[in-house]
Amino acid sequence: MDRNPANSFQDMILALHDFWSAQGCLILQPYDMRMGAGTFHTATTLRALGPEPWSAAFVQPCRRPTDGRYGENPNRLQHYYQYQVILKPSPADIQDLYLESLRVIGIDPLLHDIRFVEDDWESPTLGAWGLGWEVWCDGMEVTQFTYFQQMGGFDCKPVAGELTYGLERLAMYIQGVDNVYDLDFNGRGTTYGDVFLENEKQMSKWNFEIADTDALFDLFRKAAAECRNCLDNNVPIAAYEQAIEASHVFNLLQARGVISVQERASYMAQVRDLARGSCEAYMAKEAPAWAEKYPEWSK
Amino acid sequence: MGGEISGVVEVSDFLLELRSEEIPARMQAGARAELEKLFRREMDAAGVEIGEIAVWSTPRRLALIAHSLPESTRAVREEAKGPPEGAPDAAIDGFCRKNGVGRDQLELREVKGRPTWFAVIDKPGRATRDLLAEAIPAIVRDFAWPKSMRWGTASISTGSLRWVRPLSGIVAILGEDLVECGVDGVRSGYATLGHRFHCPGEITIGGAHDYAEKLRACHVVVDHEERAVLIREGARKAAAEAGLALIEDEGLVVENAGLTEWPVPLLGRFDEAFLDVPPEVIQLTARTNQKYFVCECEGGKLANAFVCTANIEAQDGGAAIVDGNRKVLAARLSDARFFWEQDRKTPLADQAKKLERITFHEKLGTVADKVERVAKLARWLVEEGIVKGANADLAEQAARLAKADLVTEMVGEFPELQGLMGGYYARAEGLPDEVADAIRDHYKPVGQGDEVPTAPVTVAVSLADKLDTLAAFFSIREKPTGSKDPFALRRAVLGVIAIVLRNALRLSLQNGAYYAALLRVEGAKMTNVRALRTPDAVRTALGNTAQGSMLDIECDANFVYEEFPAFFADRLKVQQREAGVRHDLIDAVFALGNEDDLVRLLARVNALQTFIETEDGANLLAAYKRAANILRKEDWRGIEGEIAHTGEEDPLANVDDPDLAPVVAAKMAERHGRELSYEPEPAERALMEALDAAEPKAARAVEEEDFSAAMAALASLRAPIDRFFDEVTVNADEEKKRAARLDLLARFRAAVHKVADFSSIEG
Repeated sequence: MDRNPANSFQDMILALHDFWSAQGCLILQPYDMRMGAGTFHTATTLRALGPEPWSAAFVQPCRRPTDGRYGENPNRLQHYYQYQVILKPSPADIQDLYLESLRVIGIDPLLHDIRFVEDDWESPTLGAWGLGWEVWCDGMEVTQFTYFQQMGGFDCKPVAGELTYGLERLAMYIQGVDNVYDLDFNGRGTTYGDVFLENEKQMSKWNFEIADTDALFDLFRKAAAECRNCLDNNVPIAAYEQAIEASHVFNLLQARGVISVQERASYMAQVRDLARGSCEAYMAKEAPAWAEKYPEWSK
Repeated sequence: MGGEISGVVEVSDFLLELRSEEIPARMQAGARAELEKLFRREMDAAGVEIGEIAVWSTPRRLALIAHSLPESTRAVREEAKGPPEGAPDAAIDGFCRKNGVGRDQLELREVKGRPTWFAVIDKPGRATRDLLAEAIPAIVRDFAWPKSMRWGTASISTGSLRWVRPLSGIVAILGEDLVECGVDGVRSGYATLGHRFHCPGEITIGGAHDYAEKLRACHVVVDHEERAVLIREGARKAAAEAGLALIEDEGLVVENAGLTEWPVPLLGRFDEAFLDVPPEVIQLTARTNQKYFVCECEGGKLANAFVCTANIEAQDGGAAIVDGNRKVLAARLSDARFFWEQDRKTPLADQAKKLERITFHEKLGTVADKVERVAKLARWLVEEGIVKGANADLAEQAARLAKADLVTEMVGEFPELQGLMGGYYARAEGLPDEVADAIRDHYKPVGQGDEVPTAPVTVAVSLADKLDTLAAFFSIREKPTGSKDPFALRRAVLGVIAIVLRNALRLSLQNGAYYAALLRVEGAKMTNVRALRTPDAVRTALGNTAQGSMLDIECDANFVYEEFPAFFADRLKVQQREAGVRHDLIDAVFALGNEDDLVRLLARVNALQTFIETEDGANLLAAYKRAANILRKEDWRGIEGEIAHTGEEDPLANVDDPDLAPVVAAKMAERHGRELSYEPEPAERALMEALDAAEPKAARAVEEEDFSAAMAALASLRAPIDRFFDEVTVNADEEKKRAARLDLLARFRAAVHKVADFSSIEG
């Protein structure tokens, strides 16, 4: 294994932080809730709404209960990291900035084949969609690159550019490793497996076999009720957190296989209503101030 | 009215490049057509004559070169004729306003001796460069993309420019001069960009003449067709160098050409152990997920090799790229192999049980319900002797397992492998080949040109599956309308037609569909039905086994019975058009009613077409039309007129009604037997005798399905009918003669109708 400290997992994250910090991004920390993708972070979802400029970068741990493989699959994890950059409005040189960030973490575009392949993004749950690409490095998808057009059912004005790097994939690529658990985490002998293998085993077992489904159903109902309570009291950010919670509990119920095909659509519709409701409330609360500060925005 | 002010016109070539972030490969062909269309539209509107146009695309640019544009449009003098001298002021003022001139610009001229006002409008020629500067923003704004987006600072307003991805630059050069223009902050210039990685800086274009070559020097092959050639030939060469043959795939060639500016095909190998997985799976994974070509060894076996198309000339000759791609493919193939191994642990019969959980259509129950119907229908098709040479048990078994692969992991991942995987899994668990083949091929034919099943068990399952789909959706009134056909019923009926014709299956499709519709009843069973001629027969056969919703279902089934024939006749015409069969001839046979045995129908149509194209046929058709016209004019119903009618406009509507056939025959006999009360003219008698001879011959021939003989019988009428028209006056003064002769024509018309409804034939 290549033990070059400069391309360890953590050094890669630090290099990205340095790079995007130098571009003027806020370097945020992960949102402290379980979520399926970095896009759920309020720094992305809610900040994509409204006219205020916004640039931020952060690592977000992602939970995908159904992707758990008890630590036995070299590529699939129920918990992994995304590196997310959100730039609003999308800068004219956003592609160049992104490619520069790849050079910074050690990918030479004259040695590796970098390609922008059409891949539009849509999240019915968030009432959101955008156009963009999946970025390929030698045929492997390493980043999702999206220009948000709508969020929570609202037009994005202005449009934000979102970059989502799959950190483990990129690191495996850079380090030339075929199994995620063999990744060099710190350049000093600690592997990704040392840190996470046991978590994957136990959490896969919990996700698929142990989790108390009655308690989960209860949790879902309570999150949905609390979301509505928050909306009634005009605290949309708190409402949005409950939507995140409901969304993740739904994913857990899916992994436990206790939601039938027919019920599935109804649960997804509930989550969507919570998320959209939160976005609408957030917009309604902020819009007057935005309209005053950015007269061209309200047109 | 107009005149040109002559002069020598200088011409120049024009270059337009619209640069953007990566345009999806699948949209580039449409974008090229759109660019040319809009450019032509703008130039036409501006009166600029255009010659040859070339349009190119790469992922990062659309380019158009218009050769030999005039440097300016011609000056034009137009004249408009106005009111006469002395007309009211309002009329003259209106005329001036309309033509944008003042009164002092009017001239008086004589028109037919009367002084009349004329407006003379000089339209000076305009510089093409100015026209282009106006046209380019219009083209950009009006450009129709399948999906477009907003971006950047301007997007604070939803009215900002939309493009497929951010528009980043415009090059517009006429001759060697810049066409200055801009749209939403993007200004035109001489500068463009070369290859993203090989030549990151700006390059300056001189004009249309050096555009392609300057880009080539910067690692961009701007002509998409040239890139396609590089990929096609490069991939072949890479395979050949490895001692393999490329499996050609033109779709992949075009897609890769749309993903690259400097394509470099590279061959890589994957672990031979993956070849355990069915080759179709490997090919599909490589193709759809990775856009790779695959190769075969001598003898046609899939090789453990792939060809990817890089967009750079890598410093290491592509070693790192190939290695990276190999790993990605290996991960994909590991997943596929995992599915392949997982799926084989569960027998198809167990998988099939899970179909109860999948909704086929909310009004039509689950996929398991459909399977049940198809199984019964497949068995029936065999037991009725419609599909010959198949074992009914195997047909039913295959039908019961045909949809089981829908719940396998592999088909979940690659839906396009439905059927194929079921076939593999069936064989793997040791089911008979007939069953495995039927599972594999029962979706066929999927489209025009697709293979049509001929193995008897497969034919039974495939036909049953499609008939069920058609009958089921017709039952719930889901017929295709216009361009909407969400359940692909047109494709299903084309499949039915192809299977029936390819295998010469003899059945009434109308009754088959009716029966299929009745199968929706719980417990419906068909027994001892050898000939399904009427709904009554089916109903009797079904007996009392069906309960409950029987009435509803019957009502639905009757709807199927009524509506299905016209739908399938339409599709038949479309399908047969390709084979050169005239649609009016299909109508002519179809109009006889009760003809939905496709094999017989087409035999009849083909015989008819051959006949109509002979001189006898053409003349007989002319004589038929003449006779029909006379009868219509006289409102002469003849023999048929004496039979109770239900008020149709077509007096012959009942001629072929089987229930009325004996009545008609009796009337005919009565008429023939009746002595004429006058001495017929020779031509009249000759026609009667010809009909006496031809009618039974034609009837027998139709009965025996020898349609050439039936046509020959009709042909024997040609000379007598021609002679009759030449020599006999139909509208004789004597009423009895007139009536007898009209009757004779009616008889002639009826005789022809026994073979086909000639009134539907064009020409």
